[in-house]
Amino acid sequence: MTITESAASTVLGKRRLRKEDPALLTGEAKFTSDLNIPGALHLAVLRSPYAHARILSVDVSAALAVPGVVAAYSGADLAPLWAGPMPCAWPVTDDMKNPTHYPLAVSKAAYVGDGVACVVATSDTAAHDALDAIDVEYEPLPAVIDLEDALSDRVVIHDELGTNRSYTWDLKCEGEDGQVDRAFADAAYTVSEHYVHQRLIPMAMEPRAVAAVPQPFGGDITLYSSTQVPHILKVMTALTLGIPEHQMRVVAPAVGGGFGAKLNVYAEELLCTALARKHKLPVRWTEERTENTQATIHGRAQRQHIELAADADGKLTAVRVRLLADMGAYLQLVTPGIPLLGAFLYGGVYDLPVAYDFSCTSVFTTMTPTDAYRGAGRPEATYAIERAMDALADTMGIDPLELRRRNFIRKDQFPYTAMTGLVYDSGDHDAAATKAAELADYDGLRARQATQNVDGATKRLGVGVCSYFEMCGLAPSRVLASLNYSAGGWEAATVRVLPTNKIQVVTGTAPHGQGHETAWSMIVAEKMGVDPDDVDVLHSDTAIAPLGLDTYGSRSLPVGGVAIAMACDKVIDKAKKIAAHQLEANEDDLEFAGGNFTVKGTPDKAMPLAAIAFEAFTAHNLPDGLEPNLEAQVTYDPPNFSWPFGTHICVVEVDTETGEVDVLKYVAVDDCGNQVNPLIVEGQVHGGVIQGLAQALFEEAVFDEDGNPKTSTLAEYLVPAASDVPPITLGHTITPSPTNPLGVKGIGEAGTIGAAPAVINAIVDALSGLGVTDMPMPASPQTVWTTIQSASTAAQGASK
Amino acid sequence: MIPAAFDYVRAGSAEEAISLIGEHGEDAKFIAGGHSLLPLMKLRLAQPSVLVDIGRLSDLSYIRDAGDHIAIGAMTRHMDIEKSPVLAEHVPLLAHAAGHVGDPQVRHRGTIGGSIAHSDAASDLPATTLALGATYVAQGPNGTREIAAADFFQGFLTTALAADEMLTEIRVPKMNGAGWSFQKFNRRAQDWAIVGVAAWRRNGESGVGLVNMGSVPILATSVSSALASGASIADAAEQAAAEADPQNDLNASPEYRVHLAKVLVRRALEEASK
Repeated sequence: MTITESAASTVLGKRRLRKEDPALLTGEAKFTSDLNIPGALHLAVLRSPYAHARILSVDVSAALAVPGVVAAYSGADLAPLWAGPMPCAWPVTDDMKNPTHYPLAVSKAAYVGDGVACVVATSDTAAHDALDAIDVEYEPLPAVIDLEDALSDRVVIHDELGTNRSYTWDLKCEGEDGQVDRAFADAAYTVSEHYVHQRLIPMAMEPRAVAAVPQPFGGDITLYSSTQVPHILKVMTALTLGIPEHQMRVVAPAVGGGFGAKLNVYAEELLCTALARKHKLPVRWTEERTENTQATIHGRAQRQHIELAADADGKLTAVRVRLLADMGAYLQLVTPGIPLLGAFLYGGVYDLPVAYDFSCTSVFTTMTPTDAYRGAGRPEATYAIERAMDALADTMGIDPLELRRRNFIRKDQFPYTAMTGLVYDSGDHDAAATKAAELADYDGLRARQATQNVDGATKRLGVGVCSYFEMCGLAPSRVLASLNYSAGGWEAATVRVLPTNKIQVVTGTAPHGQGHETAWSMIVAEKMGVDPDDVDVLHSDTAIAPLGLDTYGSRSLPVGGVAIAMACDKVIDKAKKIAAHQLEANEDDLEFAGGNFTVKGTPDKAMPLAAIAFEAFTAHNLPDGLEPNLEAQVTYDPPNFSWPFGTHICVVEVDTETGEVDVLKYVAVDDCGNQVNPLIVEGQVHGGVIQGLAQALFEEAVFDEDGNPKTSTLAEYLVPAASDVPPITLGHTITPSPTNPLGVKGIGEAGTIGAAPAVINAIVDALSGLGVTDMPMPASPQTVWTTIQSASTAAQGASK
Repeated sequence: MIPAAFDYVRAGSAEEAISLIGEHGEDAKFIAGGHSLLPLMKLRLAQPSVLVDIGRLSDLSYIRDAGDHIAIGAMTRHMDIEKSPVLAEHVPLLAHAAGHVGDPQVRHRGTIGGSIAHSDAASDLPATTLALGATYVAQGPNGTREIAAADFFQGFLTTALAADEMLTEIRVPKMNGAGWSFQKFNRRAQDWAIVGVAAWRRNGESGVGLVNMGSVPILATSVSSALASGASIADAAEQAAAEADPQNDLNASPEYRVHLAKVLVRRALEEASK
């Protein structure tokens, strides 16, 4: 495959405003809740106020008396509607425990927010008022909040499983038997670190919304949903409800963010569809913000133990990882697979011998189910190795950036076969780190730190580094098969040149804020020599774009975008046959550039694509045997993941009197290969960095000991606003991917992966003179202050 | 996020508002900017049967020089207080504090009277006007009366206002020449303070108000007494929490709040003494 050189590009690699934005910014775009659906009934869901309770009885009779109420149901009432339980598509081990889970709980509620009954009414307000009239008798049971407590099986949540342990998944890679143990025995330095990834709430700006609309003729049903995965949702809804798949259509209208939380099949999607079929009327539902904090999946929620072994120079010789992951109450669509997505990245960006020992155990708790959240397993892995690298540097007494440089996989080692067997396609870590260090003035900061962080200083400067690799562009289908995932990782594209030389692209990606319409138009414009505004991108409707695997895992460009580029090539090949026929030239003598076919050496013999498009449409004079019209479809299964990388540096000042952390500077140098639209790349990095910084400093889903969520509004769950985040200095290096013809890598999750470890490393660095060696997330002022207090108390105790 | 059903009436004058609230009884509530009441109603933590809307009583929106004090109409919005040249000249501490309430949307809708009558100890303006020695004017069916800020806040979300009384004016003494400081410590700019301090010093006198250090706004009189008897700022600041009874929440334990109050009072007094 050849790599497109950005130097020769006329459209690719240039900043271009997003064509999606005018409609989104003026309110013209229609989100699911904006759809005008005459006669629709409104669904409201009664949710368990208990984290763990047996449902003794559900009496909906009083709800039926509320004006406007059409029907009310318990979980038992609806049981006959389900052809199968809620789907989990990732049975990571053959013996994985997966509790049966229906859209409404029948005998037991397993988290606060678990649906136990529902109402359909002619208005949203009537449906909500009627919830108060439903009488549910519960027998409260003890909550299970702590992961170690869950593992002990003191209280078993799902009676039929007999245990709270869902699975244990191991990945042991050794060049020679016993190599990991020997490396630790022989190591000059070892570190053994424990980290906690708090639960996070993804909190898309648009909560979830659903509308299921039976078609007036025939048995078809259209499900509108604020989802990232209309194609997956179509298959899963059909299977779960027993609807013939060809009668099921799913549309994702404008979608206001997902961050992985809308990569799922949710109870309300199934309830609306089932009840629309039952009542033969449209049924719709819009999530309230408090529901969103309870009934939409959470992310992270892992406890990590990482150990590094290193030789006298600090060269890593082995990595050992033990993970305890919180599944929440049930397994949602890909819940059990999230830790596995990180399992391959605990070696970070470092040149390691084949000496890796990873094991993950996952447990059920009585909290909201967890699942994919921006980065999904990879931010957790990167955090562990990058925090542990700082711990190792501290143990050795060397600069953390210097330790990283000693261990980086060198540019000349790519493609690099990692200890896990995966092949990293390309990278230049030293270049990214050098650029980040320059932009941050790393040496100057270290000098300033030496003068500022003197004894008694209450404003202490800290510098944190994170170098990362991301495994994205999900995914080669055969690799997914080896991980027991139930689907493939390909993407489909159709490129269709209309008679008037306007171009339609049909993509299986499902944008929800990423700017695919702009980016895909630019790829087609570059390939076909047309204006990006003459390209229309059709997506997110399974009737229009029947094939696809949707948008998550930074896959859309390196899989879906590449499929589009390949479909363009197929169209050009066909157009060339028509041009050769009409110009009476040999195909091999034709060149295509700027939308024109010319005969080599005879530039006046030329034919524009516009003319060929019309010839293909009239079919009056086509080569024998060639089908009319200019259209091509490609389904592309990537041969490898894409491996973006970079180095982030965070500079903080910590007020030791109050615990306040002031982020003075944040530098992000990211390498996503060739860039299609640098403006979109910058936006993705900005958003990602802020989401990672939010984990480090602000956000945590808090539960009390009875399993009650304490952060169910935006007053308690602290999503930072623009005024709360620092300016971000961006830099890029460009190392094209050799895996795909565009040379591109994903960029959607990179910022999130780099930010949390960079911020926490900076805080720990600032406080290292006070005996602080770790900092829990989120590093709230109180947490920072109490950590300083305990470190100084410990230091005083030690000196006595 | 959908409030329980309620009735709504709009008052055309203060007199009509008072008459309406008397007519509808205990379950009726005044609504001004709505920025405290509406969120409680959406969570169904407040379920008033009738809302008496005083939002259009524009004759209660004013900032006037009244000789020894500045008179502020209860319906004056935070943004107007923040931008007032009269307050900038005579009571800059209040103008500055108003600029830290919530976010710009809140400051354009929320009113000083609504904030004080709601009397959330975590709000900025109750503690600030308390520190400034303000007097509040209440109007009821039998006329008006003055209530000293120090006597106004009686318990959690409870004030000296009778059920049929309405707060109509806030009178703030002029503070020309005073040093002052407002310290708001929070995690996001838009949030309530974890701890806040409003302080002023002039000619040996001082006033220190604490935000979110108990169930009511706190006047830190021990700090002022210590200063008056010649204590250093650092020593006086150690008395910061003497009158406080801080609560526990997700952001701060009582111990941390007490510590923060001492640090912030010290910083406030240092700034006010410059």
